[in-house]
Amino acid sequence: MTVAELDSFSLLLVYSAMAVYTLAFVAFAADIARRSAARPVPVEARELVGAGGPAERPRHETAAPAAVRHRAARVGYALTVIGWVLQLGATVLRGVAAGRVPWANMYEFALTGIAVIVGVFVMSRLWRDLTFLGVFITGIATLFLGVATVNVYVPVVPLAPALQTPWLVIHVFVATLAAGFFALGSGLSLLQLLKERRDGGFLRSLPTAAQMEDLAYRVGVIGFIFWTFTLIAGAIWAESAWGRYWGWDTKEVWTFVIWVIYAGYIHARATRGWRGSRSAWLQLIGFGAIIFNYTVVNLYFTGLHAYSGLTTAT
Amino acid sequence: METAQPDDGSGGGPRLGVRGWARFLWRQLTSMRTAIVLLLLLAVAAIPGSLIPQRSADPNGVIAVREENPELVWLYDALSLHDVYSSPWFSAIYILLFTSLVGCVIPRLAHHWRAMRARPPRTPARLSRLVGFQTVAGDACDLDRVDRVLRRRGYRTTRYGESISAERGYLRETGNLLFHISMLGLLLVIGLGSGFGYDGQRLLVEGRGFANTLSSYDSFNRGQWFDDAALKPFAVALDDLEVVYETENPNAVGAPLDFTARVTVTEDGAQRQAQIKVNHPLRVADADLYLISNGYAPRISVRDASGQVVYDEYTPFLAQDNLYTSLGVMKLPDGLEQQVGLRGFFYPTGVQLETGAYASAYPDLAFPVLSLQAFTGDLGLDAGIPRSVYALDTDAMTQIAGGDSGVDALTLTPGQSAEIPGGLGTITFEDVRRYGVIEVHVDHTQTAVFWIIVVLVLSLLASLLIPRRRMWVKATPGGLEIAGLARGEDPTLERAVGDLAERIRHEADGRGQEPMADAPARESTIDA
Repeated sequence: MTVAELDSFSLLLVYSAMAVYTLAFVAFAADIARRSAARPVPVEARELVGAGGPAERPRHETAAPAAVRHRAARVGYALTVIGWVLQLGATVLRGVAAGRVPWANMYEFALTGIAVIVGVFVMSRLWRDLTFLGVFITGIATLFLGVATVNVYVPVVPLAPALQTPWLVIHVFVATLAAGFFALGSGLSLLQLLKERRDGGFLRSLPTAAQMEDLAYRVGVIGFIFWTFTLIAGAIWAESAWGRYWGWDTKEVWTFVIWVIYAGYIHARATRGWRGSRSAWLQLIGFGAIIFNYTVVNLYFTGLHAYSGLTTAT
Repeated sequence: METAQPDDGSGGGPRLGVRGWARFLWRQLTSMRTAIVLLLLLAVAAIPGSLIPQRSADPNGVIAVREENPELVWLYDALSLHDVYSSPWFSAIYILLFTSLVGCVIPRLAHHWRAMRARPPRTPARLSRLVGFQTVAGDACDLDRVDRVLRRRGYRTTRYGESISAERGYLRETGNLLFHISMLGLLLVIGLGSGFGYDGQRLLVEGRGFANTLSSYDSFNRGQWFDDAALKPFAVALDDLEVVYETENPNAVGAPLDFTARVTVTEDGAQRQAQIKVNHPLRVADADLYLISNGYAPRISVRDASGQVVYDEYTPFLAQDNLYTSLGVMKLPDGLEQQVGLRGFFYPTGVQLETGAYASAYPDLAFPVLSLQAFTGDLGLDAGIPRSVYALDTDAMTQIAGGDSGVDALTLTPGQSAEIPGGLGTITFEDVRRYGVIEVHVDHTQTAVFWIIVVLVLSLLASLLIPRRRMWVKATPGGLEIAGLARGEDPTLERAVGDLAERIRHEADGRGQEPMADAPARESTIDA
């Protein structure tokens, strides 16, 4: 197959993934609707469930019937996995077509970034049942893939000399990985805030706000560690490409801003008066800055990180 | 800055006095709340520098913005908006932040030092209020065994009567303190260390060289404490600059794939060949050499009316786009009857548009074309005002070729000559070479910064992932009471208490002789 054929096949897989994500979104939305209609589980029943063994956490078992998992959520999760596999195929094919890692321009960042975000969500199932975040994650995935294919798609072109380095593999991939964890964390923080405001409807069926906050923090901390690596790997790369490890280039500024916001978030979690909703807001602001960094900074700010691939197309 | 400090001692009498106020302000500054506010302020304060061009990162952008908004120049200057990251207000924020950090870290260092040497604290009277409280079968005779289990899990243990007090995860606080100290070290090393370095740029046409002396740089930025005598003696000549272009991919024909600058380095009396590529700087003496930009330098000669050569130089033209449409200027103050200025474009692969104008179709040299406008009059070089060699001030000049002058622009291909209108002489486009801009960068902080970063990452991992917790096991008539206490974030504490209880039960069941290989020695907060 030629490069163009591989790429068009990859694009076909992207469209298929988008369709499946949309279906998953519908299924998750149906699950949420079901949750809001369902009556809360009586207290006695929950305590019986909680008395199972040491693995249960009776202190927190005040709201969520973890055992009850309905079909819509299962269908949504299964569809998400299918969509993810399709998208993974699309991303790998794009890389094969280009003969390099598939994250060297904005379209490819979106492709890999969404694959990682959904991947983190899919894998989180091994750790916790976070299917209630499905609407949030598949929503983001559909939206971003749509925008990416329609507005920032570029055909496969060779790497600019500055990008021909192993740091492209490390720096950009770790950054996307961080974004994946931040996405999950901000989804949890968002639900935490909603739950604190009005604990009704489908929100009643979810874990408590305090549990939500704990989970968001743990996911956010992993994102923060990856983001620190991103920053450092970027500095080492900048040293070899541009002759300085730090120069307050616009992208460097925003990487720094995001790092500082999350540093603030981690401190806020350990401070009276900042725990709870205030720290949740910080996590949301941090994720907002990630999105801003990826979209507005890439497209409208001038700087050395001009790799959207959109302006140089001739 | 891990644990929240209670606001103790602030409720004093009505009069505080100078020392009281100082203590009060210090306490406020070093509190976690202030630290968070300062962190967020720092994030917000960094943003303007990405919106407004900065002198350090984008000097041309600064000039452009100031020309476009002359009415705002005073504001840019008053608020140092072109030097945000060295501005007083940005500095104030991070200096306050780091002062707060120092004020927070020092007492904690002392506290941690004592805690490291102290025994784990006395067992609380009632364990039932603590996390994961449970009772397993056993009595005081089992405590030795429990002690061993705890030690194997990384706990430091001590006995208080019929109970064991255990604590683990001191490394969390060590990491936390080390992380903040490394941040401080990073700031100091970068702030002080970079003052001893320099960076300079030099444009080199193929075949030319330069020596590492102050006067041979086109631009030179020195650190605050840099001594010119510290320039190491070496010389670099650019032998040839090779560029590889994409030729097959229809979506990217002409995209540069590779830049290689082959150079000859003269150092300590010896010569060697080397190359500089993007992402692969060249180390010479204590300096790193980078290839930061490139372009074309047509060699243009000018003869006066009698045929005497008055100008013959490679003149660098600055690329204006990806196809290397390049703009250049030549100034001939002497030699001809009048002062002559030439300004125009060089096209590495020139194609003529329907309008008659030229454009570049490809960035490599397939069909080089030079198109020049000519001016006579005052070049403005005698007034003593420094002028850019890349700009021609035509205010006091008359156009004699190109533009609205009625005479066509002087269009030349290599080897061609043309008359300068007015019988002033002839101009010849001899040939064209590439040039590269070499940046020489000396930074003595690199190694130190690298090692600080290594410490910083390791300590960050320790401070975020190692749980710090206390565990108590108390022998009571009802059995062994077990409970834990989190110190800082510790989402797996309850499970850890459960695991410990399970372990003790397991041994008590008579299977205690089996090797206990399944006990995780290190627990992390993320694998829950």
